This record gives sequence, C-alpha cells and structure tokens, in this order.
Amino acid sequence: MTKLLEVKDLTISFNTYNGEVQAVRGVSFDLNEGETLAIVGESGSGKSVTSTAIMGLLPKSNAIVKSGQILYQGEDLLKKSPKEMQKIRGQEISMVFQDPMTSLNPTMKIGKQIAEVIIKHQNVSRNEAYERTVELLREVGIPNPEQRIKEYPHQFSGGMRQRVVIAMALACNPKILICDEPTTALDVTIQAQILELMKDIQKRTNTAIIFITHDLGVVANVADRVAVMYAGKVVETGTVDDIFYDPRHPYTWGLLGSMPTPDSKEEQLYAIPGTPPDMLNPPKGDAFAPRNQFAMEIDTVMEPPMFKVSDTHYAATWLLHPNAPKVEMPESVKRRIQGIGKLRKKGGIKI
Amino acid sequence: MSEREKILEVKNLKKHFRVGKNKVVKAVDGVSFDIYKGETFGLVGESGSGKSTTGRTIIRLYDATDGEVLFKGVDVHKLKSREEKLKFNRNMQMIFQDPTSSLNPRMTVLDIIAEGLDVHNLAKDEEERRAIVEDLLERVGLNKEHATRFPHEFSGGQRQRIGIARALAVKPEFIICDEPISALDVSIQAQVVNLLKKLQKENGLTYLFIAHDLSMVKYISDRIAVMYHGHIVELADSDDLYNYPIHPYTRSLLSAIPLPDPEYERTRRRLIYDPSVHDTSEEPEMREVRPNHWVRCTSKEFEQYKKEIENLSEV
Repeated sequence: MTKLLEVKDLTISFNTYNGEVQAVRGVSFDLNEGETLAIVGESGSGKSVTSTAIMGLLPKSNAIVKSGQILYQGEDLLKKSPKEMQKIRGQEISMVFQDPMTSLNPTMKIGKQIAEVIIKHQNVSRNEAYERTVELLREVGIPNPEQRIKEYPHQFSGGMRQRVVIAMALACNPKILICDEPTTALDVTIQAQILELMKDIQKRTNTAIIFITHDLGVVANVADRVAVMYAGKVVETGTVDDIFYDPRHPYTWGLLGSMPTPDSKEEQLYAIPGTPPDMLNPPKGDAFAPRNQFAMEIDTVMEPPMFKVSDTHYAATWLLHPNAPKVEMPESVKRRIQGIGKLRKKGGIKI
Repeated sequence: MSEREKILEVKNLKKHFRVGKNKVVKAVDGVSFDIYKGETFGLVGESGSGKSTTGRTIIRLYDATDGEVLFKGVDVHKLKSREEKLKFNRNMQMIFQDPTSSLNPRMTVLDIIAEGLDVHNLAKDEEERRAIVEDLLERVGLNKEHATRFPHEFSGGQRQRIGIARALAVKPEFIICDEPISALDVSIQAQVVNLLKKLQKENGLTYLFIAHDLSMVKYISDRIAVMYHGHIVELADSDDLYNYPIHPYTRSLLSAIPLPDPEYERTRRRLIYDPSVHDTSEEPEMREVRPNHWVRCTSKEFEQYKKEIENLSEV
C-alpha cells in the first residue's frame, strides 16, 4: 500500500471577535491508496476544518494554519500557491459536500456544470467533454443521461442530485475523494444506494476516500480505517474492527454506547454527560476529562500522548499508561458489542 | 391490554394539498390508528411519506381534508368555541425538529417557556410565573440562570431542552415529537432521548414520536407504524415490527439501516422495494396478520403473509 496523503501535526485556528478559536489542534493521519478512512466526531470537533484545509479552501480572512504539513505524494499542499491548488482541486483531490442543493448552481444545466470541470482540467473539446459527462452520469446510476444533462438541479430528487455531485467530483478521476457527510441529508434507502455506489466506484477506480460523518452505522459500512476526533484532536485511530470491537478511548465508548441497537432493552442509553468544550478556551490537559467518568488527576494537568494498542490501533488516553488503574469499558457498551454479535450469528435481522 | 384507555383515535385521516390548478398532492391519504394513554407511538417513513403532515394535522396546524381525529373522544377538527380550542391546545403540545427556528430569537428563554402559561393564565403573578419556569428548566437539565438568556446563547441540544420545557409548561397529556433529535449530535441525541423517557415516567405523558431514524424509534417506542406514500403500510409492537417485518416496504427499510458493526455490515444484504409485487386486483386495506400486527394488503396477500409469518415463527 502506498501512502497517498500524510497529515502531520496540523494546527488551525480562526480569528473571531471573541478571540482565537482553536479548531484543529495537532491532527495527524495517513491515507493509503484505495482505502476509505472515516473521520468521526461531533460538530465542532474539527473534522470539516481538517478536510477544508486539505482542499485548500480555508477562508483567507480569518483562518491561520499555525503548524503542520499536508503531504500529498510527498509535496506539502499548504505551501502551494492558489493557482497550483486550483490544478490539484478537482483533478487530484475532489470533494462531495453534505447538501447537494447548495453545491450545485441552480441556474446552470447539469450537463454544463459537469462538463465545465472536464474542460477546465483536461485538454478536450466541448463535444468530448459532454460525451464524458453522459458517461459519468450513467456510471453513477442516473437513468437516461442524454436527456437529463439538459435539466436543472431542481428537477432532480435529493438522491439524484447527490449522484450528480459525485459524478462531478469524479469527472477527472481524482486520487482522493473527500466526502463531508454526503448522506446525512438523505433517506436511509437512498443513503444505502449512494454508499453502494461509492464503494462500487472505489473498487473500479482505486480512489482513496476520506469519509466524514457522525453516523457510526455508516462508518461500519464504508470504512477500512477510522479516526475518532474530539475537540480538534484525533483521540483514537485504528482499523474499523479495532474501533468497533476493541475501543479503548472513553469518548469512543460513549459514542458507541449512545446508539441503541435493535436488541437493546435498557431503560437508559449510555449518554456522554455535558457538552463539547468551548474551543475558544479549550480545557487544560485532556479536553474530554470534564465529561469523562474515568478521568484521573493527570487528565486535568497533562494532555495524553497517543498510546499504541497494536500496530494499527492507537488511542490518546491516560488509561492506557502502564501505571494507570485497570478500567473496563462500561457494561452497556460491552453488552452492545456482544448484542450485535448475537445478531450477527442469527444472520442479521430476520427477514 | 384491552382495558388500556385510548387517548387518541385517528380515523381515515386525509390531508390533500392543492398545488397548481388541477394538481392535488395526497400527503396523507386515509390513515387510521389509535394511541393508548402512556405509550410512545412511533411513526416512521422517508421524507415525503406524510409522517410530519399526519402529526401536524393531528394537532390542528393543518385542517384535515377528510376523516376524524378524536382526542379523548372529541373530534379536534370540530372544536368551535375558544374555550374548547384552548383546552385542546393545553392538552396537546408539540416539539419540533429544528430547535433554532422553533424558538423566537428575540424572546428570552423565560418568555418563551412562559408563553403558554400566559395564554392559559396558569400563573397568578410574575413571581409564580418565574418559579414555574425555573422549575421546568431544572427538570429538563438546564439551570435557573438560563432563564434570562436568549436562544442563540445555547447549543443545539440545550435549545431542544428549551423546546421540551416549553411543551411541558402547560402540563399536557400528549406530546407530538416531530423528529426531535434528528438535528442533534449522537451523544446529545442519547441525552435528549433519556430526558424524554424520564419525563414520560414522571408525568405519565403519551408521545407520538415521528422520525426517520429507525433504531432510535425502535428504542423509544412501544408500537410503530410505517408510512409510505401517505398510507400506513404496517403497524405493530416495536419488537414484532423489527423481528417479523411483513410488508415488503418495511423489510426494505429495515434492511437499509446501517448498524454500528463492521462484521454485520459486510454481510448485510439490502432488499429493494418493488411496488409492482403487490396484488392490484383490489384496493388494499389494513388487516391483522398476527395479534396486534397490522399490514396493509389485499385479501390474497393477506393469506400469503399469514403463511409466511407462520413459517417464520416456527424457526
């Protein structure tokens, strides 16, 4: 596997009237060719800011990259000029946003919007670009594409619009596709179709995908590896099995525990108490400590480093320090993992 | 079971919208169900299935095109006098999906929550009004100090708590929750669901819980109805609906939910709903396939479903 993208110690702040918001505080991860990395976290955890930085789309006026590197095939994207970034965006790295309606131009026919990308990046004639557009739309499962390229976004349903956006993102065969909550606005059945489509495309083109979401069900479905973010940091990272079957960070426990399973009978869901921290003044030490029932004294003083659990699995919590007391994950989270195991043996939901 | 008191009876409810000259959208097209006192009734379906319209028609935000909504035996669409309407409004409240747009940004939390008290004259004086609001704030997990603040000073989860406090202020018996957690983060969703459950226990509330997130609906509901294109296609106890889905649409909906388990996800097979499998020889209606398990089907399909479910139960 070749490393396609390396994010190293990325730190980003925003200047606001109230002060400096520390949105991303030292994020590092890798992305390999052909794999899907899911970034999970609540709103405000910095997952979208990280992806915006990779795309070079941070607002110039108030965003400051304080430190770090984003290495794409060995070159630092943060050092590229806006002109150079324009070449990379769409051609090498492209993005699918949450709301397909706002990422399409409502006054422009679908065909033109997609062909525009191809004409911009590739040296082709208008006719060739339109032929490729029709082909792309067919690939993403839009019936009758020859007709539909002449239609406007409002004539498409939500799911179809998201397909158009995906077709646009794939127009130049990018090496990396960043998907920022691409299915959050869609119904479950449509979501399932879009996820299947993306996996299918990945198989064919070997595109690496960064998938940003807060839906753990979707993560389990699409991801090869997972990075869990909290308060601007990656707090746990591992393969999808590491994260779902052997979670180590109390925040990951909380996330997994707060989702009911079809079998759960508990009176109460395991909810993480409190609210995410204010990133204007992030708490000293471990940012999760105030919401963490297992927090120790050291959590309020010093930030935990990434502890190695296995070659693929890392977590930033003092609980993994050799001197820390042995803490088991909460019963309800354990039961959840076992409960789903039972479901698995039955071969899924009985249908 | 049979002695449970029906708090709400919806009978053949229809809500059609006229769009343009000769076009009618049948958002809700003949929906019937009962809700018992103290239970949570889940209504699920995709966008456009008519679930929110059903909720809004029940609480009289829309006038019904046809059919009846009996709340404690009285048809809510036939209320005439101001007193009757006020009494109804007091007994039935609603919590909305978007906690930002459902709170007036220019009112303080105190005034937002107390608005119901003012309308129904439930507080004797300013002091009592304040005391009631402060008590409500604490019951939904906020502080007294929050009363003087404005909605924009709160996070999404806290705003939803304000919405819940506002609904509770007039001591309703029945609350319609229209996607109350869809706009919230996962960890906050669990907090709000726990709160709703706690309040239900404390106050003996009845909920109509409208959502598209099936796993949450399953968790909170006693019974669930699945809506598709303005009709209820299946209605059953929530365990039954999950374990023995009968209608092809319910099955496809259930098979589309991703669960937080990678191993399960690798083997999950999605069923695709094909409306043409249905028998079209007659107009389908709700039939009881198993005790308390209703499916919208024709008589031919009814026999077929009954056979299927017998085979399943044996396994």
